[in-house]
Amino acid sequence: MKKVQVLGPGCPKCQQVAAHVAEAAKAVGVQIEVEKVSKPMDIAKYGVMFTPGLAVEGEVVCAGRIPSVEEIKGWLEAEPAKEQK
Amino acid sequence: MSDSQKCACEPSEVLLFPCSGGSNCGQIAHHAAVELHNAGRGKLFCLAGIGGHVKGLIESAKAAKVLVAIDGCPAVCAKKTLEHAHLPPQIHLVVTELGIEKKSGYLDFSEEELAVCRDRLAQELQARVAGAVADSTTVS
Repeated sequence: MKKVQVLGPGCPKCQQVAAHVAEAAKAVGVQIEVEKVSKPMDIAKYGVMFTPGLAVEGEVVCAGRIPSVEEIKGWLEAEPAKEQK
Repeated sequence: MSDSQKCACEPSEVLLFPCSGGSNCGQIAHHAAVELHNAGRGKLFCLAGIGGHVKGLIESAKAAKVLVAIDGCPAVCAKKTLEHAHLPPQIHLVVTELGIEKKSGYLDFSEEELAVCRDRLAQELQARVAGAVADSTTVS
């Protein structure tokens, strides 16, 4: 089970990111738990200044754009980074 | 999304990274960036976060179209910090190259010195925007 955080106030772009995450997880067969982080102060804790943002296991993988399903597949399949966020 | 929340899903096209160093020139770099930010010419960004490898800030910076490094002196710490994070700036300005002498430990500066730096940055940004328009015209 991987924890995925979708960072953003909940606008259509954020929703599209969440949809891409669901599609990617289904495609690679990875079980995920999606957390929607929508409060500005909570988003700020990740250092994300432009939304939508996406984090996998707490590690920010993109910000300020909608990642493709293919990109997300790679992040879901990757081993967790050793360095702290 | 509640009405009170501002959507941040339109990344700023121009991010400003002053060195904000401990000299008159570092402070001129900082204040010039603040004035351009307040004038809507770009967004003052967190150079310390880039140096600290805060992933969210680095990924956010990647979403911008123009990164501007504003250094006070030839040590060019702001430019080096961005490059260390694989974010080479498209515009780079060094305050001492504008004819302003660095005085380490002195943070004061004149309005005229600030204006020299701010106006030069504004010119560089204007030229960059004009160039981008020309490029897009050529491509299309």
